[in-house]
Amino acid sequence: MRAIISIVIAAVLYEAVARSGWFAAALVPTLPAVGRTLWTMLADGTMAGHAVNTLWRVFAGLGLAAVTGLVLGFLMARYRPVERFFLPLVSALMPIPSLAWAPVFILWFGLGNTATILVVFYAASFPMVINTWSGARAVNPLWLRAAGAMGAGGTSMFWKVVVPGASPFIITGLRLAFQRAWIAVVGAEMLAASAFGLGWVIFDAKEFLNADVMLASLAVIGAIGFVFERLVFGSLERGTVLRWGMVRSAKA
Amino acid sequence: MIQVTNVTLEYATPSGKVMAVDNASFGAAQSEFVCLVGPSGCGKTTLLNMIAGFFSPTQGEIRINGQAVTGQGLDRGIVFQDFAQLFPWRTALGNVAFGLEMKGVAKAERERIALEQLRLVKLEKFAHAYPHHLSGGMQQRVAIARALAYNPSVLLMDEPFAALDALTRDEMQRLLAEVWRETRKTVVYVTHNVAEAVYLADRVIVMTPHPGRIKAEVAVRLARPRDALSVEFLEHQKELLRHLTQKEEER
Repeated sequence: MRAIISIVIAAVLYEAVARSGWFAAALVPTLPAVGRTLWTMLADGTMAGHAVNTLWRVFAGLGLAAVTGLVLGFLMARYRPVERFFLPLVSALMPIPSLAWAPVFILWFGLGNTATILVVFYAASFPMVINTWSGARAVNPLWLRAAGAMGAGGTSMFWKVVVPGASPFIITGLRLAFQRAWIAVVGAEMLAASAFGLGWVIFDAKEFLNADVMLASLAVIGAIGFVFERLVFGSLERGTVLRWGMVRSAKA
Repeated sequence: MIQVTNVTLEYATPSGKVMAVDNASFGAAQSEFVCLVGPSGCGKTTLLNMIAGFFSPTQGEIRINGQAVTGQGLDRGIVFQDFAQLFPWRTALGNVAFGLEMKGVAKAERERIALEQLRLVKLEKFAHAYPHHLSGGMQQRVAIARALAYNPSVLLMDEPFAALDALTRDEMQRLLAEVWRETRKTVVYVTHNVAEAVYLADRVIVMTPHPGRIKAEVAVRLARPRDALSVEFLEHQKELLRHLTQKEEER
């Protein structure tokens, strides 16, 4: 409800500026104009086509990053030599913006999905690695002792104690990774996608001065990001770590 | 049956070697309730952890039912002081069933046994509650049920009620005495609380710190359930306190 109020106020302010006549209507279209464009693009399926392309790239990159991050993070937490080898690499590569890699990947793999997915993968990997590694090290030693006393070892200790014990960190890592992946995919599509994708639509629309198309795509990007953040990751958290009392909800 | 023979644990610190336990020997007969009592730093928890198999003594030997202890084993159940010992992602039932799950007992069977154990600690109504919804005393009861569920012959307890308020602690001691009477486990129970030791134990081992040594053994031959206000009870308490404080006077 509060979210709706915030959005309505922001929309009213924008509309006032758009109708004030200070800027050309083609550059700052009114919301009904953006809405009409959005509706047309939704109705003829083009927007869905772009969104599906973008989502596919995000989930391919995010999936790769999640697998890599989980495996590497757990190995780093478990084996000293792995930690010693990878930690400096992670520290050195993490500060490089993923988009800075886009031209390099384009050079290596050409325009298209490969370069885009690699950028997404790069952006999403670090939060997964760092959080998994921290989470595995933050597992309460008492759980390990208790489980060990009850006969858990090796595989069962890992799956039944370390993984759930590290889950608050892992879920936060996944959330951050999705955020970074979603930001990265739009940027990467502007540079590396040859057709299709929400980022590509915006970049392409610029060429034709289609501000309404650009804003309509931005709205879709925001909406999809919002849905995943609130619904998917929010309910993942509510169903696990919040339910288990491993994290608490904020007090009113 | 537990036999601890000439057990010593030394460890190195930057300022030299520290002797946490010095040449400790004691035994616990089948179904006997033994309390290790002493102030902080007397090595009682260290000794218990060695019986649990978390680490090995520098010298000496620990045997359980004739077998030398070389690591953790399902012949021992362990309850810690910290409420956080329960797995927060498992319900009370899931926690209690953990050991059976590790043993490979089928789901229906282990849930049946776990529920039985929860009944023993009077928590069957909370079988499906997650630990964070339970009070401290209830969490410790789940921990006891969990340690008993896979039917170890020995129950090792490290100040399980020390973090509870006095009223809850009394209630928990009564409950533990009942559980012990029903299950007849051999128990080694660490505490710094003299009254608790007299209430629970068949035999109390008194330890003193720096280095951690066994100072005395006191048998408690009072009828159960014990009356903490009886003259005999208080006399046992006095005797233990005398052993615990004597060291200071000698110095």
